[in-house]
Amino acid sequence: MKANIVIIGGGISGVSIAYNLAKKGMKDIVVFDDNYMTGGATGRCGAGVRQQWKSKMNCILAKKSIDFFEKAQEELGYHRDIEFKQEGYLVVATTKEEDEQFTKNVKMQNSIGIPSRKLTPKEAQEIVPHLNLDEVVSATFCNTDGHLNPFLMTDAYFTAAKKLGVTFYYQEKVLDIVVKDNRIKEVITNKRRVQTDKIVNAAGGYAYEVGQLAGVDIPVYSENHQILVTEPVEKIQGPMVISFSKNIYCQQVPHGAFLMGRSDPNAEHNHDISSTHDFLDEMVKTAVGLLPPLAELRVVRAWGGSYNVSPDRQPIISDSALPGYFMACGFSGHGFMFAPITGDFLSSIILDLPTDIDRQYLSIDRFDNMDETDYETSVV
Amino acid sequence: MKSKDVIICRCEDVSLEDLHNIMDEGYTDFETIKRILRVGMGSCQATTCGLLVQREIAKYVGVPMTKVKTHKVRPLITGVKMKSILKRYEDES
Repeated sequence: MKANIVIIGGGISGVSIAYNLAKKGMKDIVVFDDNYMTGGATGRCGAGVRQQWKSKMNCILAKKSIDFFEKAQEELGYHRDIEFKQEGYLVVATTKEEDEQFTKNVKMQNSIGIPSRKLTPKEAQEIVPHLNLDEVVSATFCNTDGHLNPFLMTDAYFTAAKKLGVTFYYQEKVLDIVVKDNRIKEVITNKRRVQTDKIVNAAGGYAYEVGQLAGVDIPVYSENHQILVTEPVEKIQGPMVISFSKNIYCQQVPHGAFLMGRSDPNAEHNHDISSTHDFLDEMVKTAVGLLPPLAELRVVRAWGGSYNVSPDRQPIISDSALPGYFMACGFSGHGFMFAPITGDFLSSIILDLPTDIDRQYLSIDRFDNMDETDYETSVV
Repeated sequence: MKSKDVIICRCEDVSLEDLHNIMDEGYTDFETIKRILRVGMGSCQATTCGLLVQREIAKYVGVPMTKVKTHKVRPLITGVKMKSILKRYEDES
């Protein structure tokens, strides 16, 4: 078979790119994914969407994405509720350095229209009454941040893209990419061969390997990040509570369950997605310390998923030295919340349309001179 | 009995009608159905609904039940209060 473009990866980035390409008029778009829909990083993420970052580029991407999420239900014409809630992110500072950095962050965020603000511990407690203030120095809050159901958001894009003629093959693995004379010729899966001259690498945790299939070196690695979820209870918490220094994010989703995660500073760079006792212990200790009433909740399930990490922890949404080879990867844990702009921006690059974001900041070439990149510290 | 009155997943209140509707949409694998309908995500973690969903998928697709893959079983085996996990952690350290 033939295709104008093959997208490798049918997670949130892949479906958003497919939808945006189709919306802008491209035909014969084919998406491959070796798992079921949202079987990779998308379906394993923390389901939060936020605009409070240290790097200006992440703030711009996040704001544009939230602008889309606000109208996503309508634009995509989805028949199920995508469970979008905007009850904010409360970002807690527990050190003086963090407090000072957050003051700068809020100033920058406000300059591009993100309505975040600095709070005293007391003000933070008015928003989350069960917040333990023992170690809290200050906080920031943005009321337009929030939550979205990753499965249903992906299904919404998938359903809309299918209506526009995109072909999806889940449970089908791309085995090889044929390149001749620096041109893409063919994609070979375990079931078929597809002639194409354009490929998008949206392979999430496997972005490095999908780069290697075509001889494109992408400076990303994957590491396991674990999450747990509790039984659903009556609503007691509106915003996501997050602390980089305490290493926790914790949100009560609309369904009633509490979803929480933290990172392991010693995580190895590999495709491990297992659950560990250490995580359970550390997670519970941190969560109950910061939000004491959670002690009464039952943990019902835990899982892991891959962060695909780039050198500056900002995404790579870019073309490459190989003509026709594009990538959206290295989201460093934030591919879900940036998906709308990822699809809009990369589809414009592919179709050679104008963009209102400076391409250099998201290009793979930016790592040639690391002094010019801004390392993102607002990450759990 | 009407299919909307037959409860398949009691934790997440999913009926047989919901299950039929989602399969009519084209979703016939357990993992995807779980993610959209939440069957198997509740307190019992599919110990109640697992077999029922498996049987309904088998009937719908027209294959033996043994050919229908069920969801991945994740920890914990049963719900445990955070304070119990914390207590064990503190006792051991």
